[in-house]
Amino acid sequence: MIGLEHYLTVAATLFVIGIFGLFLNRKNVIILLMSIELMLLAVNINLVAFSSFLGDLVGQVFTLFVLTVAAAEAAIGLAILVSFFRNRGTIAVEDVNVMKG
Amino acid sequence: MISADLNIILPEIFLAVYAMLALIGAVYTGKDGLAPLLTWVTAAVLAAVGVWIGMNGEGTNLAFNGMFQDDGFARFAKVVILISAAAVLIMSQEYMQRRGLLRFEYPVLVVLAVVGMMMMVSAGDLMALYMGLELQSLSLYVIASLRRDSVKSTEAGMKYFVLGALSSGLLLYGSSLVYGFAGTTNFAGIIQAAGEGHTSLGLLFGLTFIVSGLAFKVSAVPFHMWTPDVYEGAPTPITAFFATAPKMAAMALFARVVHDAFGGVVGDWQQIIAALSLLSMFLGAVAAIGQTDIKRLMAYSSIAHMGYALMGLAAGTAFGVQAMLIYMAIYVTMNVGTFAFILSMSRDGQPVTTIDTLHMYSKREPGKALAVLILMFSLAGVPPLVGFFGKFYVLRAAYDAGLAWLAIAGVIASVIGAFYYLRIVFYMYFGDEGETLDKDRNPVLYGMLMASAAIIGLAWLPGLNLLGVEAIAETAAAALLN
Repeated sequence: MIGLEHYLTVAATLFVIGIFGLFLNRKNVIILLMSIELMLLAVNINLVAFSSFLGDLVGQVFTLFVLTVAAAEAAIGLAILVSFFRNRGTIAVEDVNVMKG
Repeated sequence: MISADLNIILPEIFLAVYAMLALIGAVYTGKDGLAPLLTWVTAAVLAAVGVWIGMNGEGTNLAFNGMFQDDGFARFAKVVILISAAAVLIMSQEYMQRRGLLRFEYPVLVVLAVVGMMMMVSAGDLMALYMGLELQSLSLYVIASLRRDSVKSTEAGMKYFVLGALSSGLLLYGSSLVYGFAGTTNFAGIIQAAGEGHTSLGLLFGLTFIVSGLAFKVSAVPFHMWTPDVYEGAPTPITAFFATAPKMAAMALFARVVHDAFGGVVGDWQQIIAALSLLSMFLGAVAAIGQTDIKRLMAYSSIAHMGYALMGLAAGTAFGVQAMLIYMAIYVTMNVGTFAFILSMSRDGQPVTTIDTLHMYSKREPGKALAVLILMFSLAGVPPLVGFFGKFYVLRAAYDAGLAWLAIAGVIASVIGAFYYLRIVFYMYFGDEGETLDKDRNPVLYGMLMASAAIIGLAWLPGLNLLGVEAIAETAAAALLN
């Protein structure tokens, strides 16, 4: 029987993979966008699992909002990425370094 | 029922509709030719809505089953946000137009960001909080990279986007845990589920994630790394915007979450916020010393100032919230003036932002140099200027709440931090001879700088009493903690 804790474990694992993807990745900015998406989807699993466990619809409504915002966020992220690529000619994470820090 | 709700949220609806109409109108008519006019009209609309909210708001009104709350606290924050956004808009018009940056999307995006901020400070539910925060953040990502042909600006936008999205992810993960363990997303429900004294482990985890997400938005250490790069890379008027309205909104949201949703378990979050405050004050003070770019310096300065504002919040009392609100109002006023000066810095028609260009500035423009001197002294917290009173309130709030160690650390950090503000003043009055800045006679920037310096330099006088902000902040804090 798959219970709430299984869903929470999967979500926590995905979330941690997303965070590690953001910090350990040295290659490509696209991978950063994928990591962010992974984090948001982990949150959605959490919300839907809780919603089903509590018998309360609010969590699923929240999930729909998160999905919508994630789509808008990805669109804006890709747009910024394109304009960065036009100026810099590369999207390697190591090259996002014009300013120190 | 629904019409009463819509009535409460009327200012936000009005601004959202205004933004969409402005967008459609500008696309179908003059496009960027319309941008200067649109900027001024938008500033007027924002200021008018701000005054209207300040004059007409009364009591506490809940809309949409408590998802949106219009109380004294929200109104205080909204007035500061709207007025400062309007001030920044009129300051940016001439600067951006001269450099071909003024696109009609700019005022529209500012309005959308402001609507997001107004939603944030009025949020009564995790969903409303998230939607407001994202509306604000998405608009800010775009305006950070507004200068599409500049590597620095797009890089600033990229860094801001990645780290901002990470912080939204943390906040959201915290929200999902809080929802699961409290069984509701409504603040009124969460505060009941959290109970008094100590809360359950699940809610504590959720709270910690939410606080980390919010710490990103207020750029508190250790979540500050995006701030210097974004401040330096974004065009200066946009940096001015980042340093004012979004900071107020994020601090107000912070106070809203910890008091409205977790007000019963002060002990559980007090230590986290005190630690954030301590680290921010010291890092802001120490790291700014080596900076040569004034925009980067202002970034570290804002980190330090957020540390002081968080100190008020760490107190966990009504007086602490009042101190935080006073501090933020003063901080925003000082920053509007300082950025009016930074915007006017140019040499041979090109904008410059290095501190070296300020050598012997007082000889060329004594009036403006004096105004900058007042602002810098006030940022450093030198009595009797208004900035000192801001620090005094938060230190007293922390001391009264039994955080004497934090208050003492705050005083030490403020002494360290005074060094780099005074260095700017030193350059202006006693620096070496050399090339200095062009004379800038933009009346708007001049007026903003002088008005801000006059408020900072005179409002402490007994008859003016900080312009009555103290009493208003007290009512606002009482509305939050009732």
